[in-house]
Amino acid sequence: MATTSVMGGAVRRREDPALIQGTGTFTDDVQPVGLLHVAFNRSPVARAKITSLDAEAAKKMPGVVAVYTNDDTTHLGPLLAQVPIGKLRPLLAAGEVNHVGEAIAMVVAESRYQAQDAADAIEVDFDVLPAVIDLKKAASDEVKVHDELDSNVIHTWTYHGYWEALGLEDQTPQVDAAMERDDAVVVSLEMINQRLIPVAIEPRSVMAEYNKGYGKFTVYSSSQVPHALSGAIGTTLGISPSDVRVIAPEVGGGFGCKLNVYNDEILVAWAAKELDHPVKWTETRREAAGSTIHGRGWVGTATLVGTKEGEFLGYKLDAIADMGAYTQNFTVAIPLLGLWIASGQYKMPVGWKVDCVVTNTMTTDAYRGAGRPEAIYYLERAIDAFAHEIGMDPFEVRRKNFWQPDEFPATMGCGFSLDSGNYEAAVDKLIEVSDYTGMRRRQEEARAEGRLVGIGVGSYVEVCGFGPAVLAEIGFSWANYGLPASFNGTGLVRVNPDATATVVIGTGPTGQGHQTTWAQIVGDGLGIPVEDIRVYHGDTRDHPMGIGTFGSRSISVDGTATYQATEKIKEKAAKIAANVLEASADDIVFADGAAHVAGSPDKSVEWTAIAKAAYQAHTLPEGMESGLEAETVFSPGNATWPFGTHLAMVEVDPDTGNVEILEYHAVDDCGHVVNPMIVSGQVHGGIAQGIGQAMFEDGIYDEAGNMLTGSLMDYLLPTATDLPLFDLHRTVTPSPINPMGVKGIGEAGTIGSAHTIVNAVVDALTPMGVKHVDMPVRPKRVWQAMQEARA
Amino acid sequence: MGAYTVPLALICFACSRVGPKGVFMNVSMTVNGRSVSDDVEPRTLLVHFIRENLHLTGTHVGCETGYCGACTVHLDGKPVKSCTMFAVQAEGADVMTIEGLASNGELHPVQEGFWERHGLQCGYCTPGMIMSAAALLADNINPTEDEIRHGIEGNLCRCTGYHNIVRAVEYAGAKMRGEEPPAPDWEEAH
Repeated sequence: MATTSVMGGAVRRREDPALIQGTGTFTDDVQPVGLLHVAFNRSPVARAKITSLDAEAAKKMPGVVAVYTNDDTTHLGPLLAQVPIGKLRPLLAAGEVNHVGEAIAMVVAESRYQAQDAADAIEVDFDVLPAVIDLKKAASDEVKVHDELDSNVIHTWTYHGYWEALGLEDQTPQVDAAMERDDAVVVSLEMINQRLIPVAIEPRSVMAEYNKGYGKFTVYSSSQVPHALSGAIGTTLGISPSDVRVIAPEVGGGFGCKLNVYNDEILVAWAAKELDHPVKWTETRREAAGSTIHGRGWVGTATLVGTKEGEFLGYKLDAIADMGAYTQNFTVAIPLLGLWIASGQYKMPVGWKVDCVVTNTMTTDAYRGAGRPEAIYYLERAIDAFAHEIGMDPFEVRRKNFWQPDEFPATMGCGFSLDSGNYEAAVDKLIEVSDYTGMRRRQEEARAEGRLVGIGVGSYVEVCGFGPAVLAEIGFSWANYGLPASFNGTGLVRVNPDATATVVIGTGPTGQGHQTTWAQIVGDGLGIPVEDIRVYHGDTRDHPMGIGTFGSRSISVDGTATYQATEKIKEKAAKIAANVLEASADDIVFADGAAHVAGSPDKSVEWTAIAKAAYQAHTLPEGMESGLEAETVFSPGNATWPFGTHLAMVEVDPDTGNVEILEYHAVDDCGHVVNPMIVSGQVHGGIAQGIGQAMFEDGIYDEAGNMLTGSLMDYLLPTATDLPLFDLHRTVTPSPINPMGVKGIGEAGTIGSAHTIVNAVVDALTPMGVKHVDMPVRPKRVWQAMQEARA
Repeated sequence: MGAYTVPLALICFACSRVGPKGVFMNVSMTVNGRSVSDDVEPRTLLVHFIRENLHLTGTHVGCETGYCGACTVHLDGKPVKSCTMFAVQAEGADVMTIEGLASNGELHPVQEGFWERHGLQCGYCTPGMIMSAAALLADNINPTEDEIRHGIEGNLCRCTGYHNIVRAVEYAGAKMRGEEPPAPDWEEAH
């Protein structure tokens, strides 16, 4: 394959040679001399008072170095959170437990097996209390989860308290008025957007060392947010985050679940100092369902009002969102991200109310899409029901209500402006590449044979690229971790004396291929090959303050910072080259490893000579400083708003209810693309997770709060045989808010796919009169829906 | 069942020693062509022996229940999940891990396929996925898409949606057959 530094090239990934040969370093691979291992004793019950805790036997077991309980750690306070509404998680259970899996005691031993043996030997007695699991019951306050809180509803996102504070108009009355119109067609669906368990294939892991001579920590963690972790450890332990070096080495998938700072990370660092030994904890899959955040977990009613000609008059969502027992990083803020895109690609008023309730379950927080898949699912399912109601093609009804290209930037009711969009162009392309007309014909033929074949359409717009500095006011910063930085992007670019370039970025990948994409950005700017560019990330000691990879933000925020740093380097390098070539700096262009004078192809100077001159002051233009390095911080003026439309064809087995995906087509628009291979890969994975929610995955607690899907035997991830090949295409509508015109692509597939599948399943069952099937559309649920319709 | 009780007990007795840290047994095997031997607790999982005793950390642990396949290695030429085997059960076996797959500095065609067709993102499931795919192609050098999907069904990937893994294995199969691999199917940048 051609290796090219040109933007838009499908450059093979720089990170792959290590990963395909087993030499990439993940956190659990780090095994320093003298390493001690941690295991936790975790709650087997959902809600209880702890009546006694006896660790004496455990302490005497072979290899056990220490056993810690809340008495030892309570002085550290609870786990810090960015949006601390609700009850914060104690580092170790404080006399009570509130979900299965809550950490009660921490064992440190010489081997991981010994640590686990001792954790199992700790005797804890409980006075078990009724668990609060069902969301509607929780919202009713029939039983309260936390005595000290006024209500299980810890926050409500509505116009009041959000829009009002921003001086925005409440659009709810417009929607209510529309419903009263004589020609109004109103569809309303109550739907579940079920709890999901993120399941990065690498379980979380943290290893900490403390050097008492230097007074500094070194912490390896499987984290999306190393800077946030250094801040949280420093703030909790009362030292500067600058003395806490956090390294996020290779991270085996994140999907939001490694965007949190966790109690185990704080405890492992603290124990390393207490014991003067390196200490490591690696999560087991079995405990992960109670130690790593979950996502989604909504029930809600979506109501769309429009005319029978297909014009949307307004939309309302009334939902309850499950926060779990304790508030962590962004927990309560997650529904807000959905609220910002509540109106989707459509020009219409929206009304919104989401009650955030606590339950005796694991904390929820950001899982791929984070609030946006939920919001888009409700909206797009309601649109589909509306289209069926008025008998209109699902593309046609959407097309009638899209924001038009000349209306951008388009200000929505939530106050944000969609940066750019051409929604019909994506639909046109999708209809063409999928042979939609042919699909409908094949559907008719299948129906004539008595087969249940359905076609589902799903559009989305998402809010990405966090973010605008003003969002720091509502918790989008690391301020509570002692690092009051807005969600800026950072990039440092250095051309070294040998004409290689070193790039250091404040964001790091969990599989997104930053080393390759960033090498392309810099290589394109400087005109040097990607092989000569080293990209480093994930080390807080000397890397620029970074926010992390989440919310599809890296390329548009940190990528822009790196782009700007590259531009600064070019400015200086042009002066150096102009000095050598006796030309004007304004005429210098960079390409093919050299600086050229525009219009005079024979006049050029190689990068090796420019770099050498940059580090030998006597050869530089008079007054110029030595060196060739630039660092920039980029604060975006707006978020970015990627969009697209997906299309699926499914077949339902009339006897078993089994759903098979026959075809999957998508057109996504993330603005300009740096590496199309990587972008396609992101969409593949995103769609797989959306299909996972639509068809397989379900994080289930029983009424007593027992986690029923805590292993991969019970929690169904899509396997290779469950998924089809994906037919992916793109349109390109550049974002005007950054110079590369990029938007972000990490979550698009997930946000676009779940409703597309469910819309297809409902379309298949429409002739039987089925109006809705809740996710996951597993055979039993589909079969039941068919039985009810037949009855 | 009864027939095996006595011999197993005898073997354990013969091989084990009791030290201050508990009961240990000696285990010897060949890993990536090298003879290795160490004393381990009888309950030591093969994957932990490979990772922590041999420091071959390319083999990963994703679920401890044999479901995700991140720990897949070859044992006497067959793919096995090393998290559901004890190290002592591999006594005398010939084990190959991801670190042993490339030979003489040449990537195995499956490794090359994963690189060329973007068959990995975070890379955590990748070693196990590659070992399963290599075993599949060793049995069937020209698999259909469906056969590839069934061949890697025991390995979970959360990043790729399997699309590019299927393409990577197709690439590797073509290479092994001496054919030109199919062109990549991602849409070029505009």
